[in-house]
Amino acid sequence: MSESMVQVTNVTKIYERGTQQVEVLHGLTLQIPRGDFVALMGPSGSGKTTLLNLIGGLDQPTSGEVWVGGSRIDRMPSGQLAAWRARNVGFVFQFYNLIPVLTAEGNVELPLLLTKLSAAQRRKNAAVALQVVGLADRAGHKPSELSGGQEQRVAIARALVSDPQILVCDEPTGDLDRKTADDILGLLQVLNRDHGKTIVMVTHDPKAAEFARRTLHLEKGQLLEQSAA
Amino acid sequence: MLRQILAVTGINIRAIPQRWTSSLVIVIGLAGVVAVFTALLAMAGGFENTLRATGRNDAAIVMRGGSDAELNSVLDRASDDLIEQAAGIRTGTDGRPEASAEMMIIAELMRKDDARPGVSGANVTVRGVEPAGFALRPQLKIVAGRTFTPGLRELIVGSGLVRQFQGTGVGQTVRMRGTDWTIVGIFAAGDSHDSEMWTDINVARTTFNRTGSSSVLVALEGPDGLDRLKASLAGDPRLTVDVVRERDYFIGQTRQFRQNIGVLAGVVTIIMGLGAAFAALNSMYAAVAARGKEIATLRALGFGGAPVAVSVLIESLLLALIGGVLGALVAYLLFNDLTVSTMGQSFTQVVFDFKVTPQLVQRGLVIAVVIGMVGGLLPAVRAARLPVTTGLREL
Repeated sequence: MSESMVQVTNVTKIYERGTQQVEVLHGLTLQIPRGDFVALMGPSGSGKTTLLNLIGGLDQPTSGEVWVGGSRIDRMPSGQLAAWRARNVGFVFQFYNLIPVLTAEGNVELPLLLTKLSAAQRRKNAAVALQVVGLADRAGHKPSELSGGQEQRVAIARALVSDPQILVCDEPTGDLDRKTADDILGLLQVLNRDHGKTIVMVTHDPKAAEFARRTLHLEKGQLLEQSAA
Repeated sequence: MLRQILAVTGINIRAIPQRWTSSLVIVIGLAGVVAVFTALLAMAGGFENTLRATGRNDAAIVMRGGSDAELNSVLDRASDDLIEQAAGIRTGTDGRPEASAEMMIIAELMRKDDARPGVSGANVTVRGVEPAGFALRPQLKIVAGRTFTPGLRELIVGSGLVRQFQGTGVGQTVRMRGTDWTIVGIFAAGDSHDSEMWTDINVARTTFNRTGSSSVLVALEGPDGLDRLKASLAGDPRLTVDVVRERDYFIGQTRQFRQNIGVLAGVVTIIMGLGAAFAALNSMYAAVAARGKEIATLRALGFGGAPVAVSVLIESLLLALIGGVLGALVAYLLFNDLTVSTMGQSFTQVVFDFKVTPQLVQRGLVIAVVIGMVGGLLPAVRAARLPVTTGLREL
C-alpha cells in the first residue's frame, strides 16, 4: 500500500459566486496510497465534496497539482479528462444516479459502452459485476422496481464494471437505513480488501467512517488530522 | 463517438414517454406548421395545375390590344373575320382556317354549400363558341347528355361546375338575361374549361346584344406560326390586337394568385414556424433541465459533451420530423383532391383540386427539420456545457 494512488499538492479551489470569490480549499496537500480506503469527514462547506470531485476528475483546481493513478489531471482538457474518468474512476453517488429507463443490467453496462468490448462481452461483464454485488437475479429490473439498497448495489456494480483503479463515493449510505447502509459499507470493504480497490468516501456518518481504513477530517478547506479506523 | 451518441440518444428516446406532454408540444406545433404550409401550397399548386393544363402550345388567343384577359377584350365581327384570315393559322380538312371566335359572358350560380336565402351567387364563365372551338380542344369530351344544338338556348356544363354549383345537372335550367337556358350535357376537359358553361356563340350574341366576340382562338401552322400570325396581324392597320400562345395565356392567369398564395404561405409559415421553434426550444430546454442529473451522471461516467449535445439535437429533430409527417398526413387526408372554387383573373370562379404532392410534403418536412434544428440547438449546447458537478447536485 506504499505506492501513491492519489497525490494532491497545495491545491486551492476558488468558486465564483456572482461578484464574490469563495475559496473552498486552501493549499491542501494529501496523499492516498494504492489500496487504501479513506473516509473524508467534516462539517457542511468544509470542502469534502470539492476535494472528492477533484480526485475523481469531475472538477479542476484553481491552483496546485492533482495526480491520480500516475496521471496528472488538474490541467487535463475536458475531453481527455472524460476519457480518463471512464478508464480509471468508478463513481458511487448518494442518490444512486441510475438511469430510470434502463434495467439494472443496462445501467451497469453503461460505462462499457465507452470501451471497445462487443455487446456480448459487455453483457457478460455486467452480469459478473451484478453477481459481485449480489444482484444477479435483479438484472432485468428497472431502478423503480428496486429498493434503495439494491439501487445502490447496482450503482456500485456500475462503478466496478470497467475495473477502475479507484472508487469515489459521495455519501454512498446517506439515503439508506442503518442496516442497509452497513451492508453497502461491508460490500465496499470487500471490494477494498479482496479486490484491491482504492476507495475515497465522503460521509457525515461516523459509523460509516468506521468501515474505512482511516478517516481524514476537513474543516474550512484544510485537513485537520487523520485517524486510523 | 457513434456508440456514445446511439447510447445517449436511445436513453433520451426511451425517456420521452416520461415527459410526453412537453414532447407533444413539439410534435403538435410542427404538425400545425407543416399542415398549414402544405395545405396552402397544395391549394396554389392545384390552382396552378388546373390552369397550366389548359391551353396548347400550337394554338394562340387573339384579343383586343391592351387586354390582359378575355373578359376585358371586345372584338367586332369584322375583326373576327380579319383575324381568321391572317397568316400563320392552320387550315382544317374542310379548307377553312382552324379558328373559333369566342365570347365570354358571366352568369351567376349558387354554390352547393351556400344555400342560405339572400346570399348572392358566384360568377361563372359562359363561353360562346363556334364549332371549331371543339376541334381546337380535342381533350374536351361530353361525359353526360349531348352537346348543345346551334341556334337554341342550350348549355353544356363543365364537370367541375357540376360538383360545386346547384342546378347544373342535365335537364335543369339556368336563367340568364331573363330567359331560361337548358343544360343538355356535361363535359370534362381536365383543365380550367371544366369551370365553364358553353353555348353557341351566335345565340349568345343575340341574347346579350353583342355582335363580335371576346377573343379568337386559332390553331398555329408550324413552328413559326405564332411569329407569322403576329406579323400578319401587326401589319393590318384595321386591327389593334394582342396575340398570346394559348398555354402562356393561361399560365399568366395564375401569376397573381400564385404570388398571393406564395406570400401568404410564406408569412403564415414564418409566424407559425417561429412559434413552433420557440415551443421546441422551450420543450427541449425543459427536457435538458429535467434530465440535468442524468446528463451529468453520463458525463461523470465518461460520456463526452459532444455525444450528449448531438443526442439532444437528434431527439429534437426526431420529434420535429414526427410532427412534420403528422402534419403532412393531416394535410393529405383533409385536403388532397379536395375540390374548391375561387375567383380567377376574369372575376369568375375556377374550380380546382388541392394537390398534396410528394414535393410539397418534402418541403414541409425540410421546414420541420429546420425548426427542430433551431429549437434543439441551444438546449443541446447547454446540455453539453452544463458543469458536471452542478448537474450532479440537482435533486
